[in-house]
Amino acid sequence: MIPGPLAGPAAERIGLKHGAGGRAMRRLVEELFLPLGEPGPVDGVGLAAMDDGAALRVGDQWLIVTTDSHVVQPPFFPGGDIGRLSISGTVNDLAMMGCTEPLGLTCAVIVEEGFPRADLARIRDSMAAACAEAGVTVVTGDTKVMGKGELDGIALNTAGFGLTRRVVRDDGLRPGDRILVTGTVGDHGLAVLTRRRDLRIEGALSSDVAPLNGLVRAALAAGGDAVVAMKDPTRGGLASVLHEFAEKAKVGVLLDGPSVPVNAETAAAAEILGIDPLVVANEGKAVIGVRPEAVDRVLAALRGHPLGRRAAVVGTAIAERPGDVILDTGLGRRLLAEVEGEPLPRIC
Amino acid sequence: MCLGVPGKVLSIGGADGMDATVDFFGVRKVLRLDIVDQPVAPGDYVLNHVGFAIRRIPPEEVQETLALFETVLKEAGAGDLLAADVRGEMAAGRAAPGGPDGRG
Amino acid sequence: MGAADQAGELKFRDPARARALAEALAREVAAVGRPVEVMHVCGTHEQAIARFGLRAAFPRDLHVIMGPGCPVCVTDTPEVDEAVALAAAGARVCTYGDMLRLPGASRSLGDVQGEGGKVEVVYSVTQAVEIARARPAEEVVFFASGFETTAVATAAAILGGVPANFSVLSAHKYVPAAMEVVARLEDTKIEGYLAAGHAATITGWEIFVPFARATGSPVVVAGFEPLDVLAALLELVRLVREGRPEVANLYPRCVTREGNRPALEKLWKVFRVVDGDWRGIARVPSGNLELRPEWAAVDARRRFRIDTALVGGAAKNELADRCLCGLIMQARKDPSDCELFGKECRPEVPVGACMVSSEGACRIWHTYGGAPDLRGVGA
Repeated sequence: MIPGPLAGPAAERIGLKHGAGGRAMRRLVEELFLPLGEPGPVDGVGLAAMDDGAALRVGDQWLIVTTDSHVVQPPFFPGGDIGRLSISGTVNDLAMMGCTEPLGLTCAVIVEEGFPRADLARIRDSMAAACAEAGVTVVTGDTKVMGKGELDGIALNTAGFGLTRRVVRDDGLRPGDRILVTGTVGDHGLAVLTRRRDLRIEGALSSDVAPLNGLVRAALAAGGDAVVAMKDPTRGGLASVLHEFAEKAKVGVLLDGPSVPVNAETAAAAEILGIDPLVVANEGKAVIGVRPEAVDRVLAALRGHPLGRRAAVVGTAIAERPGDVILDTGLGRRLLAEVEGEPLPRIC
Repeated sequence: MCLGVPGKVLSIGGADGMDATVDFFGVRKVLRLDIVDQPVAPGDYVLNHVGFAIRRIPPEEVQETLALFETVLKEAGAGDLLAADVRGEMAAGRAAPGGPDGRG
Repeated sequence: MGAADQAGELKFRDPARARALAEALAREVAAVGRPVEVMHVCGTHEQAIARFGLRAAFPRDLHVIMGPGCPVCVTDTPEVDEAVALAAAGARVCTYGDMLRLPGASRSLGDVQGEGGKVEVVYSVTQAVEIARARPAEEVVFFASGFETTAVATAAAILGGVPANFSVLSAHKYVPAAMEVVARLEDTKIEGYLAAGHAATITGWEIFVPFARATGSPVVVAGFEPLDVLAALLELVRLVREGRPEVANLYPRCVTREGNRPALEKLWKVFRVVDGDWRGIARVPSGNLELRPEWAAVDARRRFRIDTALVGGAAKNELADRCLCGLIMQARKDPSDCELFGKECRPEVPVGACMVSSEGACRIWHTYGGAPDLRGVGA
């Protein structure tokens, strides 16, 4: 037992880092919520897998279920809004499990007293547009209003479900497999950060928020069983996904920095703020692990889709340094760390 | 210890004429000119630190810096050729006419 | 569009030139014929080295040691506690993003924000002044960090006129003092120093001449792109090999001999140097920049009675006395030699600067179980 003030978690409180998608959040979920998943589905993917969603056997298919809560400040940001985010996020979580034809979504809305009705309608319209893009409908919902100050504007929860014949996990890499990213990284996080923190950086910074089931469908059609891992690099960015791939599959990941696509404006904003686009959130990208023989087919399929034009092969799974992500910058190498909490502008 | 990024001044304005709109690789930010070392005009390059221009970068200095690196490289190469020769002599017991590595 | 400067700056990342410099550096170190230890005194150099993976491109016999060059990392617990106490007392505390996770005795400013305290991340001091103007009924305190490069911005804002509800809690540090700390190290094996390019933009390079003479070690002023760092190291090792304790300026596009005079004038109009404790390192003579007495009205320390005991603070960071940061920084001790390492001192509750910094020796050691050598991996 350690004496003194560091002895126990008695005084511990939840901090923002516990929701930021990095190590702190994973630890919190593992310690606090994983018992809820016991004993877990006998056949399938349950809470313990900490994947994008659950997979439950139904006959000869899998029912994929996922849920996601959305809060974002500001609720309207360049390139999207919380409505588009809520539909895309859930459609993408289903897609990352291999389910590209959602049967339906649910939507729960919690609104703060005084929230403009016109804004709510605008969010609804944006949800409708995203649903149309993804070919999905909202089949049930719930609405709550909270008192002024009890909530910051609006929170949305969406759940999604659908069937698939093959579940794609995030632990399927083995040495030699290649890793693709479906487009530029860091766009969403930097677009939102520069607005929220009032950083006054002007230019064509725009969130990439989009439903990806069509793009993933194309990748799966081209790659089939050779597609062995998928995950969307939301909070924590590409770095966080590669860490999860590496840890879960017990492989090392060698990331080729120069081949990671980054928009010029996003790179510029990142440079000014001292933030690495590799650790910044995306809302319209997927990271896909593919057996080496299928990489060209999958890449061609991705690039043939409007959302995948800048897809690129960015990394390779290796046997050495299992659990680690090694970044090759073209000039040298370093271990790529996961971030704790939201990336913030730096002075040094 | 201090993050600094170069950008190009697009225009100068503000209530006191000390706000410069600066382009950084395609995004724009307004910087204060209170502490820049020399007068700044549109088209000039400046170094940004925490929203302040801390230096006007003369455009020719970029090329001059690169030229300086070439000089450093050449000098280092020359110094080493000599050292390599000496080592070669010691190893082989004879005068080596040139270094094993001709790079400069 | 900034196509021209973009192209210009990208030349400083050119892999072919970088390789040529790295190879020349390897030959230069080989020509010395023994291991060479040099130190950089700049957190942004470490960031650049890490970001571009340059450490793996350095020759094995060249040890590039990270000195006490990150002003955020060396900001001590009692200073954080002052900001935390001000926020707890109801002030709106504005600060740079780096400062949010810096640990105080009981909590960081990030924790205070999570608890509903009024803490705001700003990109620039001008933003903090604007916040104060927009909220005249609130006390707005700018928790100012950074070396003189950043302090000149604070000085300019104050000289430009600030509203009555605005004050500054200075945690500004002074680079030449960091160099002095390094110079006073006993039995040091450090043979040369890379000086911080952007601090030198303000101070000029001539300020390092007495240091080079006194220590007998060359100083090279370096920029922050890969070629800047590699070329500066190459020049530094050459000066070491030739035994020339001189100052070389390898960052002429931003650094001059005399520095930025107008900025220095503003700096010394507002600030003066005082001794300060640097987290886990030492009591540093003339290490801190405080507001001059005539600016008492905007000095949060003079304007408020700040009681850090209320937030669990103490006048001194007691744990820091047992911290080996100073020795670890010089590579004279390994992180595992420190009794605090992995126990009282962990990434989420760091004691010394080496654990605060994401590139610090202790943080890297803790995260990866040692100092990784990646040169051959996956080849």
